[in-house]
Amino acid sequence: MSKQNEILLDPLIDNNPIGLQVLGICSALAVTTQLDKAIVMTFAVMFVLAASNVIISLLRNQIPGSVRIIAQLTIIASLVMIADQFLRAFLYEISLQLSVFVGLIITNCIIMGRAEAFAMQNKPWPAFLDAIGNSAGYGLVLIAVAIPRELLGSGKLFGVTVLQTVSEGGWYVQNGFMVMAPAAFILIGIFIWAVRAYRPEQVEEEFHVGALFEPGYEGDLR
Amino acid sequence: MEHSARHTMIFTALLCVVFSVLVSSVAVGLKDRQDENVRLDRIKNVLGVAGLKSTDEDLSAEEMLARFESGLEARVVDLATGEYVEGVDALSFDQRKAAKDSETSEAVPANAAKVRRVPHQVVIYLIKAGDETSGVVIPIEGYGLWSTLYGYLALETDGRTVKGITYYSHGETPGLGGEVDNDRWKALWPGRLAFDDKGKPALRVKKGQAGPAETDPYQVDGLSGATITSRGVSNMLAFWLGRDGFATYIQKFKQQQGGQG
Repeated sequence: MSKQNEILLDPLIDNNPIGLQVLGICSALAVTTQLDKAIVMTFAVMFVLAASNVIISLLRNQIPGSVRIIAQLTIIASLVMIADQFLRAFLYEISLQLSVFVGLIITNCIIMGRAEAFAMQNKPWPAFLDAIGNSAGYGLVLIAVAIPRELLGSGKLFGVTVLQTVSEGGWYVQNGFMVMAPAAFILIGIFIWAVRAYRPEQVEEEFHVGALFEPGYEGDLR
Repeated sequence: MEHSARHTMIFTALLCVVFSVLVSSVAVGLKDRQDENVRLDRIKNVLGVAGLKSTDEDLSAEEMLARFESGLEARVVDLATGEYVEGVDALSFDQRKAAKDSETSEAVPANAAKVRRVPHQVVIYLIKAGDETSGVVIPIEGYGLWSTLYGYLALETDGRTVKGITYYSHGETPGLGGEVDNDRWKALWPGRLAFDDKGKPALRVKKGQAGPAETDPYQVDGLSGATITSRGVSNMLAFWLGRDGFATYIQKFKQQQGGQG
């Protein structure tokens, strides 16, 4: 695999931002009740991440180390506001449903994480590929979680009835649990489990708190 | 990378200026479009609740505006006296802004709908069929589980029979409280009675299933899994149909309609 392909494809499964790095969970809980919301959110994150990675990468030699986090945050926050304004102007109904979660892209750890970990050290083109790869990896999980949630929770996909629910005069009794946040936790857990069963090298070493106090501990305290 | 203090100052200042110009120009450039979206969404809801647009109809902006103009008349009403206010443009009147300003609104006693202030003046829509008035649409709002729900209630000319209900803005759980948007649930409302025989607000959302409108006119099915949102709907009906809400206006509306017919 060439270096570029690796940057682009690695975050899909092998280094998935939600699956392996466990970042961006809060928004993954909130916007996965319906498939169209998940997809719009994916594109919003993709736009913000791609633009922020490219801009930060272009400025990487100018950004002073002492204020780099706040400088990155200024760039990301501005891009999020721009994305929000566009959604409100062109996709009004979906922007109503996404409500505050578009604004909360600012706090999505994936974006700050990629700025710090990748864009600050790399040229714009690889930074762009990294952004597309990571947001696609994020979107993949969002969609994988949104399909069962919308289908089992409201009997629909993309708002189109698939399982006719009792309240619509059909037979399917909705699983109300699916539309609540804990269901997304469980589904993401299943996703992580499935990926790790398929790629056992992602499983972290077993960790016990006692190890912290043992002499010679050099582990990662994440 | 290490940089001089001077570089840091210039860099951050430039960064701030460039991005604030960018964000503000996008916001200003798109403002008209966004306002138009909000207005159209509002019009869509009023048309729906007034029975001028069926739920499966997908209308263009022009068609909606045309129906709005031919079928509805926006009027400003003084809540305390129930009289129409002349000389205020109802279409541009911002009721939510009026409700926040202490000059144009009034604090109300603590109530279950958690409405704190009501504006002195509100916008209602008279439903017109030619020269005849066939009903009225009043705005309602109140707290559910997570959020304030904003919507409309439409009444027939007797000021008592419900024509429809709709919510245009809320943040309730999709699939549970968010089912206030469900067309099937909304279809349960027409024909029910908002007031009992003594003229007291009586309509409420019940826990469980209500009978048909003919035999069980004061109750509507609860939303399953959304007890608190359902209660919020009951509470806001009690408030807005009550003394601090539209009771006086509805009384006058009824008399006027009776007088004409």
